Amino acid sequence: MGSSANQDNVASLATDFYSLLESFKETPFYHLLFEIFLVLTVLWLILFRKPRRIEKKLTEKEKQELIDEWQPEPLVPPVDANHPALNVRVLDGIVGKTIEIDGKKSLNFATFNFLNFVGNPRIADKAIQAVQKYGVGSCGPRGFYGTIDIHLELEERLAHFFNCEEGIIYSYGFSTVASIIPAYSKRNDILFVDEGVHYAIQKGVEASRSTVKWFRHNDISDLERLLAEQDIHDKKNPKKARTLRRFLIIEGLYMNYGDLCPLPRMVELKYQYKYRIFMDESVSFGTIGQTGRGVTEYYNIDRRKIDLISSSLEYSVGSIGGFAVGSSFVVDHQRLSAQGYCFSASLPPLLAAAAIEALNIMEEKDTTLCDTLMEKSKRLHRKLLDIKGYLIVGEDISPLKHLRLTNSQNTVARLEEIVEFAQTRGITITVARYLNDEHHLPEPSIRLILNVEMTDEELEFLCTVLQEARVKVTV
Amino acid sequence: MLASSSSKLSHATLVHRYPPSKLHSEEEMSDTVFSSDENEMNYKRENVTHKDDENLQCEEFEETPLYAAILTYLSYAILCLFGWLRDFLRNSNIEKKRGAVDPNAALGFVPLYQSYESFYTRNMYTRVRDIFNRPIASVPGAQFELTERISDDYNWTYRYTGKTINAINLGSYNYLGFAEKSGPCATDAINALKTYGVSSCNTRIELGTQRYHVELEQLLANFLHVESSIAFGMGFATNALNIPAVASKGDLILSDEMNHISLILGMRLSGASYQTFAHNDMKDLEAKLRAAIVHGHPRTQRPWKKIIIVVEGVYSMEGSICRLPELIALKKKYKAYLYMDEAHSVGAMGKNGRGIMDYFGIDANDVDILMGTFTKSFGSAGGYIAGKKSLIDHIRVNSHANTYASSMSAPVVQQIISSLQLLKRPEGQKRICQLADNTRYFRQKLVDMGFIVYGNKNSPVVPMLIYMPARVTRFNREMLRRGIAVVTVGFPATKLLDARVRFCISAAHTRQMLDTALMAIDEIGTDISLRYSTRHQSRRLREL
Repeated sequence: MGSSANQDNVASLATDFYSLLESFKETPFYHLLFEIFLVLTVLWLILFRKPRRIEKKLTEKEKQELIDEWQPEPLVPPVDANHPALNVRVLDGIVGKTIEIDGKKSLNFATFNFLNFVGNPRIADKAIQAVQKYGVGSCGPRGFYGTIDIHLELEERLAHFFNCEEGIIYSYGFSTVASIIPAYSKRNDILFVDEGVHYAIQKGVEASRSTVKWFRHNDISDLERLLAEQDIHDKKNPKKARTLRRFLIIEGLYMNYGDLCPLPRMVELKYQYKYRIFMDESVSFGTIGQTGRGVTEYYNIDRRKIDLISSSLEYSVGSIGGFAVGSSFVVDHQRLSAQGYCFSASLPPLLAAAAIEALNIMEEKDTTLCDTLMEKSKRLHRKLLDIKGYLIVGEDISPLKHLRLTNSQNTVARLEEIVEFAQTRGITITVARYLNDEHHLPEPSIRLILNVEMTDEELEFLCTVLQEARVKVTV
Repeated sequence: MLASSSSKLSHATLVHRYPPSKLHSEEEMSDTVFSSDENEMNYKRENVTHKDDENLQCEEFEETPLYAAILTYLSYAILCLFGWLRDFLRNSNIEKKRGAVDPNAALGFVPLYQSYESFYTRNMYTRVRDIFNRPIASVPGAQFELTERISDDYNWTYRYTGKTINAINLGSYNYLGFAEKSGPCATDAINALKTYGVSSCNTRIELGTQRYHVELEQLLANFLHVESSIAFGMGFATNALNIPAVASKGDLILSDEMNHISLILGMRLSGASYQTFAHNDMKDLEAKLRAAIVHGHPRTQRPWKKIIIVVEGVYSMEGSICRLPELIALKKKYKAYLYMDEAHSVGAMGKNGRGIMDYFGIDANDVDILMGTFTKSFGSAGGYIAGKKSLIDHIRVNSHANTYASSMSAPVVQQIISSLQLLKRPEGQKRICQLADNTRYFRQKLVDMGFIVYGNKNSPVVPMLIYMPARVTRFNREMLRRGIAVVTVGFPATKLLDARVRFCISAAHTRQMLDTALMAIDEIGTDISLRYSTRHQSRRLREL
């Protein structure tokens, strides 16, 4: 019974459907077209039309209200009046082996005066002669009559000292490496940078807008890992890889840690993975190596394997400014593309004259300045290791060492107490200061800097004071 | 009434508002009437300090003549063609490749420079390289000694003959003539060297602050009539390292399109968003300010935390002066902050040499952040920022340069202190007046001869347009042959069409030196036909 009813239903449906089709055949053509058009319109409305955004058109009155309402922040936020930058020690006189603060003299273990050129009468004389010939300022950038023959002489001397083809000088130490990196590395290029580099290099890396790959400080295996990853990436897209430049940015002797970079292994990797090495030797120039020619001399590596060595004239040389040396092919590019070189006034001639005289002293035939400095650094390192409660960070041959308190006692406040105590005893040291937006903020430490003229007794005295300070502070 | 005004007009030089030329993107600035010829002949000091904004602001930027534009484009096209030809010859080893070679070339390293990037350097810049980077062998005063250098291979290498050329210096930034090797400033600098040595090898925040730094900052604050100031060792770094201390992500910076590259670098490093407005165009600035406040950040629609307007006092390539009274009005109306870079104007503008604020007679506290350099007017090196004590304290705490860069050298600081003290005395006033006189005299003569000169008539930076690269080079070399050293700039420091020569007038120039220079410009201008101006009649110097 049911099946016949079903059959009837199906049959009736079939006839209905058939009659529908028949009626289609009989309708006029335009009607069919119209129907199809309606169906397509409905389909389009459902599927493809995006909802129209209501344009926020404001009236002039509303705009004026918004403008009147808007309150900007104050130009600068309030600062803590106790911040060290607002309570600096003001000095008097020459800041050489000894400093005078508030009328009292003390031994100086804080300024970057490695070779004790500050206050050197020979250098001062040459600077005076330069003022008498050239005046003080250079009154223009290098391109527009700011190139003085003494600049050319200094560049030649620096290139000769490092046995490189060409040198170039800058008028500010910070701007040297911060202008060099963006001159070569552009957007999309790859920079492999050690995490422990100092702030100027970080700013240079930021200004270049390149892809940055940070590797753990002095950790070669981490660098190799990054290089291998990049290699795999390159093999996937070899055409693109052929246009991307790669650079390794390191320091010879790290200012924030006092240790040497593992240069030999890095040079090996350079030829394996095809990157160029830019090394900043601000601290190691004049201090490392038998004649002060830096880390390449210490490791006995051919300087031509390093593409560019940049450094500062503000540490060992005791002047102001910075420089870079390397092959002509690499260095010459900076004369048109380094912003800190092209768009800034050149170095005042008296400072260039002082730098030349300092180089003369360093290159004298029988000088043992750098050797002595390395020896004294080793001795100081041994003595410091004997003091309990301090962690010495840095190489033994490095004249720049960082001192930290052991364990969880290492805070800036405690270190500052140590510094204050040392000052009362006649030793000037300083807590290393950093800005908070460092990429990898180093742990708080006291930065100890050795002056080559310090005697053994003075080094002993330093250690005694440090020991007493430690006891006083942790009691 | 009508008769008298029309006779006045017939004697005066009128500047009409010209419609912006299609070829020349610089828009006309002003439509004020110059003072009549009579006044200009007997120029008196008092006229400048008269608080008539229109008179102080009158600037001229004549548009490029059509034929000059066409010929300039043609010149560059021909240079490019020859460049490609030479590159082809070099690559096919028909011509020897000059210049340094990459020591790592054969080892599979990615090339350090793209060949198209250095196309300009190889083929255009090197041909005319001898007009740039000329070494000098004396103090860069009003007259100096240039080291003679000769090239035997079309400027790829030089050799020095050992001789020097004596020339009048129209290129160095020596506005008040403090580039001296003897005199009170030099003596003071030498004494400072004997007392303090060359450098102190440390940063300001640690142990680099000496008494003379504190003295300099106090003196500078008094000179500029502000609460406090801070000084740094390099002018470029002052901008690049301190704008990040003042602006940060979430702020908007509106900067003039002709701002110096150090300002742009500072803006980029700060992380703030920045937009440019048309050069000295206050209407464009106002429109952008309104749009910024109403719409906020373009993507997140959040309101900006603060808006900073960055301008320069005197623009070094254009010779124009920022419209300070209007800027202050806009800034107050829209609650924005103003950063003014007075690199070229401090010392050189204003009755007392205090810069653009002095020139317009505006209170220094109206400008939020004043920046300047010591290189140009004080004959030294370095830069400063001045303003309220809260601002300077904040900069001391957060500046990159204060924490990481070496403090300034003693003789450099002493030179600034001495020159600041000298400016307060009558001798300093004399220098300021001399500079103003020299500027007006030189500019007026150039304009009267029929050359196109840009900028404000009181600005000591005098750009004269030459347009074609070959003429620019020839002008420079001919001037040197006549014993005058000038600075010529072309692409990419300026727009492609606007190659120019930029004269920097100094208080140390005597009337005789300026006349020598003018005679040389007159001769060469006739030889190479540089009298492009259609607004002013072309005349020879002897007719003036």
